[in-house]
Amino acid sequence: MTSSKSFTRRRFLATTAAASAVTLSPPFIRTSRAAGKISVAFWDHWVPGANKAMEAVCHEWAAKNKVDISIDFITSQGAKLELTIAAEKLAKSGHDLVQPSAWSPAAYAEDFEPVDDIMAAAIKANGPTYPIVDYLAKIKGHWVAAPAVTGSQLKPPCARISLLKKFADLDVTKMYAGPGGHSDKALQDAWTWDKYLDVAIKCAKGGVPFGLGLSGTTDYVDWAGALFHAYGAELVNAKGDVTVNSDNTKQVLEWAQRLVPALPKDVIAWDDASNNKAFISGQASLIMNPPSAWAVAKRDNPAVASDTWIFATPKGPKGRYAPALPFFWAVWKFSPNKSAAKSLLAHLLSRQSAERFVAASVGYDIPGFKNLRDFKTWSEVDPPKGVVYNYPPTPDQIVTVAGSPAPVHVANQIYTQGLMTKMIAKCTFEKESIKDTIAWAEKQLAAYTMM
Amino acid sequence: MANGITVQAPAPPAARRMTMQKLMRRRSTTALALALPLILLISGLVIYPAFFAMYLSMLDRKMETFTGMRNILFLMHFDTFWMVVKQSCIFALSAVFFKALIGFVTSHLVHNLPPKGQRKWRGMLLVPWVIPTAMSTIAWFWLFDPAYSAINWILAKFGIGPVPWLGVTSWARFSVILVNVWYGAPFFLIMYLAALKSVPDQLYEAAAIDGANWWQKVWYVTLPMMRNIIAITMLFSLIVTFANFDIVRILTAGGPVDSTHVFATWAFSLGIQGNNIPMGASVSLFMLPILGVAAFFILRDINRRGSSV
Repeated sequence: MTSSKSFTRRRFLATTAAASAVTLSPPFIRTSRAAGKISVAFWDHWVPGANKAMEAVCHEWAAKNKVDISIDFITSQGAKLELTIAAEKLAKSGHDLVQPSAWSPAAYAEDFEPVDDIMAAAIKANGPTYPIVDYLAKIKGHWVAAPAVTGSQLKPPCARISLLKKFADLDVTKMYAGPGGHSDKALQDAWTWDKYLDVAIKCAKGGVPFGLGLSGTTDYVDWAGALFHAYGAELVNAKGDVTVNSDNTKQVLEWAQRLVPALPKDVIAWDDASNNKAFISGQASLIMNPPSAWAVAKRDNPAVASDTWIFATPKGPKGRYAPALPFFWAVWKFSPNKSAAKSLLAHLLSRQSAERFVAASVGYDIPGFKNLRDFKTWSEVDPPKGVVYNYPPTPDQIVTVAGSPAPVHVANQIYTQGLMTKMIAKCTFEKESIKDTIAWAEKQLAAYTMM
Repeated sequence: MANGITVQAPAPPAARRMTMQKLMRRRSTTALALALPLILLISGLVIYPAFFAMYLSMLDRKMETFTGMRNILFLMHFDTFWMVVKQSCIFALSAVFFKALIGFVTSHLVHNLPPKGQRKWRGMLLVPWVIPTAMSTIAWFWLFDPAYSAINWILAKFGIGPVPWLGVTSWARFSVILVNVWYGAPFFLIMYLAALKSVPDQLYEAAAIDGANWWQKVWYVTLPMMRNIIAITMLFSLIVTFANFDIVRILTAGGPVDSTHVFATWAFSLGIQGNNIPMGASVSLFMLPILGVAAFFILRDINRRGSSV
């Protein structure tokens, strides 16, 4: 007798999900030691309710494996997460599993337990990682941390549909269509940083400028990083040579000199909340942000939320770079219960867990694996329908982190010192010449490479 | 004994009790016992961290290899470091000066109020000092907010502004100093008020009989009587202001373009955010010699005056 059942897409997903869960489960032996206690610290999610999904996933794993688990959620406000990790490193005591931000895995590579076995299984199940994940967490050929789903984010354009249409005659829903729609390829090809500048100027003339900050906080460093990458302006190359003095850098700064007059006058003093406030209050027509601004607008200003569309970053001469800021999960070497921590880590990396995290964060979280881009959340979230459909990176986008490809410790300083936004501020707000700005940056970068 | 070693017989219990009693009766023992909790507290929370910071500052980025003075020497050749030194000095000296000035003036005003209303004024004027700095600085941040500044809104009613409080170097420096002065002036007020109340009235009466005017009373009576408390208060405030972190961190995070960074905020930025704790420790340790020199001169001056009285 032959089966006449068709193998549907839904059934395929269910089967692969189950298979990946089996593959990812490491040989966790429930010895008296391993089944004891485990203490974990996760990033305190911006999106209300997202922590609950994490708690649920962890408690389910703990119940199944008969492990006592205690979970802390630590905010990244005021660098509290970095402070906690630094303190635990020095004390060689604390949580078993932590969630370091982008730059910490490399900094604490000697202190984190290698997780090559877990990553090999995760890659097998979930597809390859984005190259920046390797850049940040695969140190000397070994994975010292795994890409966290929760908190990992992109910062693409988050714009007002009606305002861009009205002032710049740009239909972003046509350029990057929602679920079931057909995106206009010609419009996408024309979506360059020059077009972006043109739209920014037109919207500013219409009284609703782009909300692009130029201080040193993450939102602004991220978009500036994508801009520099798109023009091929590397500040320091992978070998550690200072390469900021290039025509590409000059091009970026010239571009910025044309953009800044179209921005609000105070963007140099903005913090990470300023762009969100400008957008939610209806004063800005576009910001570069994850969907958190939209999520808050949905609660506080529904009219703005239902007029919001998130879509790909413009492309430059060197490609279309998507600014990202990933988080990681890592197990301390000093953990007294490493086998349990690694077992939990594998569970967190499974497709089912990732899908629950993405759903709970209403699409905010971007998993670091290429095959985890097809969750229904990104299609279903509304209003408007499809608002975050184009948020996960499409294959033509290069997911990047500001400061790369410099050696990670140098890129860490470039990023945290906000060097790129400072360069733009210097040659615009501070009226320095591009030549002097680059000379100043060269000195800073030379110092970073020696640190 | 046969081997020539004399073995002392243990003291009888009664004799040991006598020795203990004598020891306990000594004033120095009592003083040590009373000071012990503080000594332990300072050892644990000040001396140990200070030496640990010195140790950290001599390690490499990964905190694995001893590098001696490398980090310190590196900073000496880094332009931004000298900019931070300059800004820390501008910030601390100008803030302490204005706090002392405002404290001096207001303490006189409060001192001259009738006793009935004085308590209310004292209480109200202490409010900025009582509110946790992080909270009050966030309120100031909202007042200065680039887009929604309440101060700018008021200024706009008079056709002034908008003022880029946190967006231009000069205004940003002014803003962080202003908030520090607002927060710290009540400490000066209360210290100076206590000092004023301890000046004997007879001195003012004698000065009045000699025909001294208000200014002469202040110059020849009040100031000499308050000199030590002014010096101690300024030294204490200088130390706290130099080490300030929260106000700058919350208001400007060191911006625009590093122009308001002070030692603590820059150390945090390099050390914690930049994952280079030894470098951060090195930056913060630079406060030590600067404050040490200031403390030496101020305390020497106080000692000299003390011995000449």
